[in-house]
Amino acid sequence: MKTALRAVALTAALLAPLASHAHKAWLLPSSTVSTVDQWITVDAAVSNDLFYFNHVPLRIDALVITAPDGSKVAPENVSTGKYRSVFDLQLKQNGTYKVAILNQGLFANYEENGARKRWRGTAEKFATEVPANAKGLEVNESVGRIETFVTAGKPSEAALKPSNVGLELIPVTHPNDLYAGEASKFRFLLDGKPAANLDVVLQAGGTRYRNEQEQQKLKTDANGELAVTWPNPGMYWLESSLQDQKTSVKQAKQRRVSYVATFEVLPQ
Amino acid sequence: MRFAVLMLIGFSAPTLAAELNIKLEVPRLDVAEYHRPYIAVWVENQDQSTATHLAVWYQTESKKEDGTQWLKDLRQWWRRGGRELEMPVDGVTGATRPVGVHSLSFKSTDKQLAKLAPGKYNLVVEATREVGGRELLRVPFEWPGTQKQQASANGKTELGAVTLNVTP
Repeated sequence: MKTALRAVALTAALLAPLASHAHKAWLLPSSTVSTVDQWITVDAAVSNDLFYFNHVPLRIDALVITAPDGSKVAPENVSTGKYRSVFDLQLKQNGTYKVAILNQGLFANYEENGARKRWRGTAEKFATEVPANAKGLEVNESVGRIETFVTAGKPSEAALKPSNVGLELIPVTHPNDLYAGEASKFRFLLDGKPAANLDVVLQAGGTRYRNEQEQQKLKTDANGELAVTWPNPGMYWLESSLQDQKTSVKQAKQRRVSYVATFEVLPQ
Repeated sequence: MRFAVLMLIGFSAPTLAAELNIKLEVPRLDVAEYHRPYIAVWVENQDQSTATHLAVWYQTESKKEDGTQWLKDLRQWWRRGGRELEMPVDGVTGATRPVGVHSLSFKSTDKQLAKLAPGKYNLVVEATREVGGRELLRVPFEWPGTQKQQASANGKTELGAVTLNVTP
């Protein structure tokens, strides 16, 4: 009983940084509507307040920038400071870029020679790196995405093609075509299938200058679609997460799936 | 035989082109740092999609910074089709205009209006100015209509009077 409780506590501690709802992680682009050959700069941070850098930077090791033609682009002038990571991106192509941090993997802990060992890695490496008969093996899986979108010229959708793993957002309304007072629609997929009845949280930036969080609690419909009417222009943070048992290895008991996106809503 | 002659007369009679005449005022502003505004003029369908572009005035001097980077600040024009255009556009784009009243005249035979189907439209004028503001005006009209029309709208900040005259 004691061992089991300790194992649960350890697992919870391991998962805490990921499962924590106390801090929001986000990307903040300098612009989302731009022109070809122009640059944008993006901040990446973990902070309670939107969109203020006051806690820790978001590490961008797992940053993937997808250009309009589907190719991957490297960020430039990358730096990580006390409260944020920053990088620049030149929009060399016409169309929409998807800027995303994808954290996907397994977390295991087990007993080896009387000591507790921790391991993290991919499903592929799990079989070779974690002993098959490990004692007290606890495995958890997570798939988390933190995204934003920027368009040079006319919006396009090639970079928004889903990979069908975890939670993803695909346009009904293009994410760079958002205007105050108008209704937009997004479709959420979970492992490539419409995520029906998914809880989604939406919050406008500028929390420092008001008295309420003003967080909207929304739900996707039976088709996995979410309707949003933007009250004001500005930057918005969207988050959704769930837990399920659709793990990549049978030793993993559950999988935590999350999705975060930053949207810019322009005035009329 | 008589019928054929009548038909011949019908085809050889001259047709008068319908006309759309616009007068657009760039107002004199009392500001410390003045820059000529970027202005876009277009014809909008009832659903706000763009029927045709009429004019886009922006910084075109090759010696200066690429002026196309601020076209997106004409944010309604940009989303309604401006972002799909490759600059410059013959007969549409041009340099920024100074303070004063500027005329734009189009005939139904001109390429900007040749494909405009008869119906109800809005003339839209959007202006944005560096270290200044942004203003958008709409003037409804019917094309080509059955009688002469005159309509106008008055800007408060970045635009002066916009007057439209339609001769069917």
